[in-house]
Order: sequence, then C-alpha cells, then structure tokens
Amino acid sequence: MTITESVTISNVETQIVAAERVTAGYPHKIVWRDASFGFGRGEFVAIIGPNGAGKTTLFRLLLGLQQPISGTIRIFNETPKRGNPRIGYVPQRHVIDSETNIEGMELVHLAYCGHLWGFHITSKEGRKAALDALDAVGASDLARKPLCDLSGGELQRVFLAEALVSSPDILLLDEPMSNLDIRRSRELVQLIDRVVQTRSVTALLVAHDINPILPYLDKIVYIANGKVAIGRPKEVLTSERLSALYDVHVEVIRDSKGNVAIIGMEDQEHNHNTHGDE
Amino acid sequence: MAFDPNLLIDLQQMFQYQFMQHAFEAGTLVAIIAGIVGYFVVLRRSSFAAHSLSHIGFAGAAGAVLMGISPVFGLLLFTSVGGIGMTILGPRASHRDVQIGTVLAFMLGLGVLFISLYTGYATEAYSILFGEILGISVMDVVITAIAALAILVIVAIVYRPLLFASLDEDVAEAKGLHMHMLGIIFMLLVAFATSIAVQVVGVLLIFSLMVTPAAIAQRLANQPWRGILISIIVSLTVTWMGLFIAFYEPYPVSFFITTIVFVLYLLTRFAYPLIRPQTIHKTGAHQTH
Repeated sequence: MTITESVTISNVETQIVAAERVTAGYPHKIVWRDASFGFGRGEFVAIIGPNGAGKTTLFRLLLGLQQPISGTIRIFNETPKRGNPRIGYVPQRHVIDSETNIEGMELVHLAYCGHLWGFHITSKEGRKAALDALDAVGASDLARKPLCDLSGGELQRVFLAEALVSSPDILLLDEPMSNLDIRRSRELVQLIDRVVQTRSVTALLVAHDINPILPYLDKIVYIANGKVAIGRPKEVLTSERLSALYDVHVEVIRDSKGNVAIIGMEDQEHNHNTHGDE
Repeated sequence: MAFDPNLLIDLQQMFQYQFMQHAFEAGTLVAIIAGIVGYFVVLRRSSFAAHSLSHIGFAGAAGAVLMGISPVFGLLLFTSVGGIGMTILGPRASHRDVQIGTVLAFMLGLGVLFISLYTGYATEAYSILFGEILGISVMDVVITAIAALAILVIVAIVYRPLLFASLDEDVAEAKGLHMHMLGIIFMLLVAFATSIAVQVVGVLLIFSLMVTPAAIAQRLANQPWRGILISIIVSLTVTWMGLFIAFYEPYPVSFFITTIVFVLYLLTRFAYPLIRPQTIHKTGAHQTH
C-alpha cells in the first residue's frame, strides 16, 4: 500500500494515535485484547479502570518500550519508537527522594538536553526552554527550589514542565493526581486543560478518580477485564454500555453534582485514592 | 620531624621526601576522581554498590599480591568485572541490592582464599584493607594518573545522560537513553575510582572518599555542577589535611581522612541548617515525599 505524502501529513494533523485490533501484554500474560481506538490533536483523554488492568501498558506501547502482541499501533502515523521528542511523559509514582537536593530547573533542563552526549556548562537555549516550560505551568517560582522541598502539587507541576520542555504534541500522564488531595487535583487538571487548549496538545491521563477530570474530557478510555471501551464520557459511562461490554451487571451512578461512581466491576474503588510511599 | 608554625617551611620539609611527593600526587588525583564519581554514587543511591565494588577489589588485590604484581591491577580487573556482572544480573538501579550482595559474598570468599594462600607478610592485607598511601610507588602514581584521566574523559562524555538517568530513570528511558549501557558505564566509573581510591583509604574506608564528600556536597548545593565542585573540594581538603597531619603524627593517614571528613559531615548535617541562608522552607510546603 502506498500513501501519498499529502495524505500522510493530513493524517498526522488529525489523528495523533491510531490503534487497530491491538492485543497487549506479555507473552505469558495478555493484559487486554482486540482494542481499536484513535486520538486526535488537542483531545483530552482520560484512561481509567481498575489497578493492573493495563493502563500503563498503553503508555508503554506508545513510548515504544513494549510491542503489541498483535494488531498495529501508530503514533504520528509511525510505529512507536523510543526517544520520540514529540511525546512528553510523566511516569507513575514519580517520587523524588527526600534527599534529592536538586533544583527543579535542573530536572526540566535535563529533560531538554539530557539525551545529548558531552558537556555543556551553560546552554542559553536549554535554560530558556526550561524556563518557558516552567512558566507554562505557572511554576517559574519553583525553578530555583530543591525538588525535595516541593509539595506534591508543586512537584507535579515541575514534572509537567519536564514533559513539556521538548514541545511535545502528546502528553502521557500516568496518575499525576495519585498523591494529591481533591483541591490540588482539580488545580492540576485545570492546568493540564489549559496546556491542552493553548498548545493544542493531545493529553492522555491515567486516573484513578474520574470525577475531577470529567468536565474537561473529550474522550474516555475504560480498561477492565482485558477489554477496552472508548468514546465520549457520556457514551462510555453508562450502565448499559459497560454491562454489555464486560458481561456483568455494572451500574453507573451520578449524583446531583455530576459525580460518577461505577459499581459492579471487580475493583469498585474508583473514588479511592492510592497513596504512594510516603 | 617537628611541626613549624610557618606552613611553607612544613611543606618544604615534607616534599623533600619522595614518598610524600608520591602520596600527594596520587592522593590529589584520587580525591578529584572520588569527588566526581562519588557525586553520582550519592545521587543514584548506589553507595552499597561502591562499597561492594571496593570489597570485590579486595579479592583482586589479594590475588595480585599472591601473583607478585601490584595490587592496583587486581583491583581494576576485579572491580570492572564485578561491576559489569552486577549490572547484568540486575538491570534496574533501584533494586540491585540482592544481586550486588550475591556477587559480593562470592568475591570476598575468593579474597579469603587468596590471603590464606599468600605466605608473605600480613602487612599486605592490612594495607589493602586500610590503605597505604605513604608507600606508593612511581608506577602506582602513573597508573593512578591514567585511570584518573580515563574517568575524566568518560564523565565528560556521559555527563548529561548519566545525570538525567540518575535523577529520573523512567523519563530518561522514555527519552531513548539506554539504561543498561549507562548502568554499565556508571559501574565501570565506580570500579576505576574505587580501585585507585583503595590505595589511599583502603577497601574498608572507601566511603570516606567516595560517599561522604559527595553527601556533604549534596546538602550544600542544589545544582549538579556546583555539587560536583564542592565534592571535589571536600575530598581534596580532607586528603591533603590527612597527609599533612600524618606526616607529623605516627597514626595512619586513612584515620585522619575519615575523621576529618566525618567532622565536616556532622557540621553540614547539624550546624549548616542553622545558618542556612535563604528561606527555602516555606511554611506551606512541608509535605514529605
């Protein structure tokens, strides 16, 4: 099959990620199977589901750290490969040692030039990129502060700047809210939404609690029991849809404020906050 | 030899002796290297690896003595092989303790065998364990210089990737850095650095040059290049002071080095926070991680 260049470019513009009948996991253990989905430019997508359902696996596929068992997955119309500067990544349980007395600026700067060999004492360009990234997440005041002195929310903003410093087209954020209280979670989500809007970046965010992000979402990916459901939040988060997909009785309950609770899956702890090692 | 209040006269006296010249030459090289490599050791929380490599070096040094060659060759060979072996057994830096311990125990067993086979003086084993910088030969100084140069060149090349991988392994990996290769390069740096540092402080006291100065530096500086600079300054200062004092006092150099560096560590740990300049500790930001 030949694809003309113009088609390729227009595909890149609209479709950032395209997966066709992907089965993912490890040779001895399939995590989820037969999933097809696509994410467009500037979409804010939440990936939710019980622990161990394979949310991080999706990121590993996109980062080129893992290959699909079958099916095809494309990012920017290419097979995922490691070290793609167009991807910004904030890993899960991103803890900083309490003794890491290194300022935020240095971490963000390394995300810009840390893959380059050799020595560079002062790179104006790199420092400017780092400062711009910190500025974009409202963290200019954290540039000179040691990472070990930052609060959970401040740390997540620095990590977001670290992911943004290479001017990516897609952000992969793995449970950035897991150590934050409700208020800080909402602040972080608003910030991510602003980044998505202003830079027209696609953001995929793995979350344990859907509620703080729900108002901002374009799409939801629900991964559980080896299956992947995708669509607009209103389409996916219905009792009928989830019950049919998972073949068990699932109930989606909404309260007067629009908060959602999903009941009936093996792991019902959607409002439960996982705390990292404190 | 009597101590003179005029330091210039003291230095003149000291450098009349060739063994003191060699000790200062090798000590200076070792201090610079240990300061640099030690910074990465502390940043990566790999002090157990550094400690173990030096002990593995003990087997190599004992083997070299048994064969009648300079211990530094045995050190370089064993620590390099040991370092690569550890990295291959446990690819991720964070959970390598068990693999390191396994290799360490086996190598120490070899060391015991070599020492028992060696029928010469026990002083050889003693100097491997506690350092014998005052007995260093021209040949050892040359080898130290070559190893030091190799380490400097390697660090200059891998500086940014190694720093990034040490600080943020997951993101660095996603950015396409080869963690495995960097892990091996790091272990080789530690291997070379411990091999030459053993001459000064010995296998058992390696922490005093490889870890403590860098730990002090990490408390004082929050930019890597500054941290490395302070780490070098601290290890140089304690090495020189140790040599200087040991010239006048009949006790081992490594004792003075370990003691001075420990005092400096206590000062930065407990006295420095009291005089710490800026208001880094904001009231709202006391969530611990």
